[in-house]
Amino acid sequence: MFAKLVTLSIFKQPTVYIMDDFIAARSQMAVSLGFHIIFACVGMVMPFFMAISHFIYLKTGNAIYKGLTKAWSKGVAILFATGAVSGTMLSFELGLLWPTFMEHAGPIFGMPFSLEGTAFFIEAIALGFFLYGWDRLKPWFHWVTGLIVGLSGLASGILVVAANAWMNSPAGFDFVDGQYLNVDPIQAMFNDAWFSQALHMTIAAFVATGFAVSGIHALMILKQRNVIFHTTAFRITALSACVAALLQPVSGDISAKDVAQRQPAKLAAMEAHFETEANASFVIGGIPDEDKKTVKHAIKIPGLLSFLAHGDPEKPVTGLNDIPKEHWPPVAITHYAFQLMIGLGMLLVVLALIYFAALFTRKKWLDSKWLLRLFVIATPMGYIALEAGWVVTEVGRQPWIIYGIMRTADAVTPMPGIVYSFYLFTAVFISLSAIVVFLLYRQMTMVGRLYDTTDPAYQSN
Amino acid sequence: MTRLIRLINPINRYSTIMLYVVIVFLWASICLYLLLGGADFGAGIVELLVRRKHKLRVRTIMSHAIGPIWEANHMWLIIAIVILFVGFPAIYTTMSIYMHIPLVAMLLGIMARGTAFVFRSYDAVADEWQRVYTSIYTWSSVITPFFLGIIAAATVARTIDVEANDFIAAYVNSWLSWFGVAIGVFTTSICGYLAATYAIGAVENEYDCTLMIHLARRFIYLVVGSGALVFLSASLSDIPLIEWIFGDFIGRAAIFLATVSLILTFIAFKKRRAIAARILAGFQVTMILLAATYQHYPELVLFKNGGGLSLIEHAGNAKTVTSLAWALLLGSVFILPFLFHLMRVFSKRSPYP
Ligand code: HDD
Ligand code: HEM
Ligand code: HEM
Repeated sequence: MFAKLVTLSIFKQPTVYIMDDFIAARSQMAVSLGFHIIFACVGMVMPFFMAISHFIYLKTGNAIYKGLTKAWSKGVAILFATGAVSGTMLSFELGLLWPTFMEHAGPIFGMPFSLEGTAFFIEAIALGFFLYGWDRLKPWFHWVTGLIVGLSGLASGILVVAANAWMNSPAGFDFVDGQYLNVDPIQAMFNDAWFSQALHMTIAAFVATGFAVSGIHALMILKQRNVIFHTTAFRITALSACVAALLQPVSGDISAKDVAQRQPAKLAAMEAHFETEANASFVIGGIPDEDKKTVKHAIKIPGLLSFLAHGDPEKPVTGLNDIPKEHWPPVAITHYAFQLMIGLGMLLVVLALIYFAALFTRKKWLDSKWLLRLFVIATPMGYIALEAGWVVTEVGRQPWIIYGIMRTADAVTPMPGIVYSFYLFTAVFISLSAIVVFLLYRQMTMVGRLYDTTDPAYQSN
Repeated sequence: MTRLIRLINPINRYSTIMLYVVIVFLWASICLYLLLGGADFGAGIVELLVRRKHKLRVRTIMSHAIGPIWEANHMWLIIAIVILFVGFPAIYTTMSIYMHIPLVAMLLGIMARGTAFVFRSYDAVADEWQRVYTSIYTWSSVITPFFLGIIAAATVARTIDVEANDFIAAYVNSWLSWFGVAIGVFTTSICGYLAATYAIGAVENEYDCTLMIHLARRFIYLVVGSGALVFLSASLSDIPLIEWIFGDFIGRAAIFLATVSLILTFIAFKKRRAIAARILAGFQVTMILLAATYQHYPELVLFKNGGGLSLIEHAGNAKTVTSLAWALLLGSVFILPFLFHLMRVFSKRSPYP
């Protein structure tokens, strides 16, 4: 193909230089995606919280719910715009950083992206209706537009994850002598990994956003600011977060079994599992040593890994030693990230169980400060787990960009100087995050004046 | 005309038609991005260039006009990019490699503009921060279409050198030229013109109407002046622009229609026909884009060494293109009615939330 030739003719740089740029390109991709995913999750989940609150308002006419819906929608507008611009950035960045990958992958995994375009569009239109539609649209039509924002956000999340799943589990083409033949975009979209990844990601979005939002409202209750308003908000978000937290390990188990099947090297790196053995043990904590091929200071639970990976403690689990070393992902990063995700996931499960106990049997816990404090502590946990999970998936796929087909190192742009672009965008993302946090903080301080009708300072506008 | 149909080959007629569906969508989304996204950028450009005493008025008028739809306006760029990377991967990757620097500049502009616009409308406290948002918003509204113009110019200026071996030749000279700068200025002026004309339909009183018409006239002069610069710089850099545009019936017709409608625009201004002015301005820009793209169609990117990338020969495989066409057709069934409804509901004047 043409661009291939182009790539070769410019590739005559000293090796050291290319390595630097290669790491920079990977880091830039990771930073951009890690940034985008936060806003994307908000865009997928918050519309549903708003729809719940809006629904209760329409049914009961209770003005608190209207204020809450409006307050949330202002925050969402800020986050949505940040998500949209960082997403626009990403659709160019895939080509700017990985042109060789996109040249071959574009036509194969493009199907979900083109459908996603439709979903984004609908989402953007519906958001316009929703944000500007108070007093202008019929109430229930207005409510439906809000719901459409959520549904199309969810659809775009699922579609984009299907594209990522294809990178883990390439399908829908035949790879013959370096050629990509018999392309079938539909089959590529419904690859083996899409379901487990999309399910896990969707639940994760609810966990992460749910705990983040409920934690902030819990903090406000503890500070005695607009207590009724924030309690209303807390009830809606905490309940959803806790339901999702309980579902998460179930779907994580489906994912693990799936990874064991399609990417044994990733599973082995996640668990720092070096020797192929039956009755393989599940490793908790520990410091993996890639040269000595051991894990130090780890707690091992015999048989559990075999059981988790294959549903049978006697089945052998492939270890890294049976995989050529040049096909190993970075073991330590993958292992730590996996531990972090699971650890946080388990903490959130415990918190969810406590909250359900409070709801159903120990009603007076609901008014206690310690329960709210626990939720405040949990505020960032879902998002940290989510970022860690993506590190597992992406780093665990290395050295491949398309698993088993194309190496990441062969996909990177020939242009030198990516290091500077990495610094530049990192600075941009850091400043954007700072401004967004600052703006959300200002929204919170104005709740009494702008959104809480029961507050003496409230001014209707 | 023959160029449009010569490749419909009876053996795989279905997939060729589907390829054309995709090409039409690509062109339409670029055109709509230029019109709607352009009017959005223009709002910031007008605000930057207008005299200080009118700034606040202009800002209010513009926010009324674009607030609810700005997000949707920028989706056309995403659609165009997705069409390129799914349907024409060689074009997408080549552009990504050689246009890396201006693309990054444009992306920074898009990010700065979109976020600053939203931050300034949604910041719960109105204090000096508003000034920061406003200056980021207005300056990035100028920079982004300027780089869009540079990128568009570079695709046809034969500056991309696929044999280059050093950094400057491969990644800087590929886009930096006087012709590019002229097109950049031209694009920026067009955006300002579109925004000023669009806003005439969104004003509340006679005074604002006069102000916007006055501004729109100014931008017409800017468009015509920078258009002249484009021709001048093209002839200095040996780009056969005159031949491209006037060498073909379609090109001549497009330019003729654009000129006639420009005269009509002045009449519409005089008679204060806001909707007519909007339609005419949109029509002119569409004609300019048609004249600019038609002549080298189906080639989308031209190289220094005489080669190029064509929408026909460098399209992805037939099966992908066909599914892309269906995805686009189905997508428009969902999107277009919804979008028109949005524009209709919010083009009626009513209080800002
Ligand atoms: C709130 C976030 C969160 C929480 C609490 C968990 N995960 Fe997770 N996990 C994700 C968020 C996440 C993620 C970010 O959404 C990932 C990255 C890619 C994906 O599909 O989901 C992911 C990936 C991911 C993978 C790799 C999938 C792949 O590469 O295809 C596995 C095996 C698990 N997870 C397993 C678990 C288990 C057993 C958990 C038990 C508690 C768990 N996760 C909790
Ligand atoms: C559809 C979704 C996604 C696509 C298409 C995608 C694509 C890519 C590509 C092309 C790379 C560069 C090659 C590589 O190093 O593997 C990459 C790397 C990376 N991505 Fe993803 N990604 C997706 C989702 C995500 C998300 C949501 C995150 C969130 C944090 C993420 C985290 C990373 C990380 C950490 C790397 C660097 C890997 C390393 O340094 O070894 N990815 N991704
Ligand atoms: C797993 C990873 C990802 C998820 C779950 C995800 C999800 C979403 C969601 C829900 C939105 C809606 C906007 C919002 O609510 O803030 C969004 C925006 C966007 N995303 Fe992502 N995304 C991911 C990765 C990517 C990648 C890899 C790309 C690039 C190809 C991308 C391109 C975009 C674009 C262009 C937008 C803007 C659309 C708009 O204006 O609404 N996303 N994403």
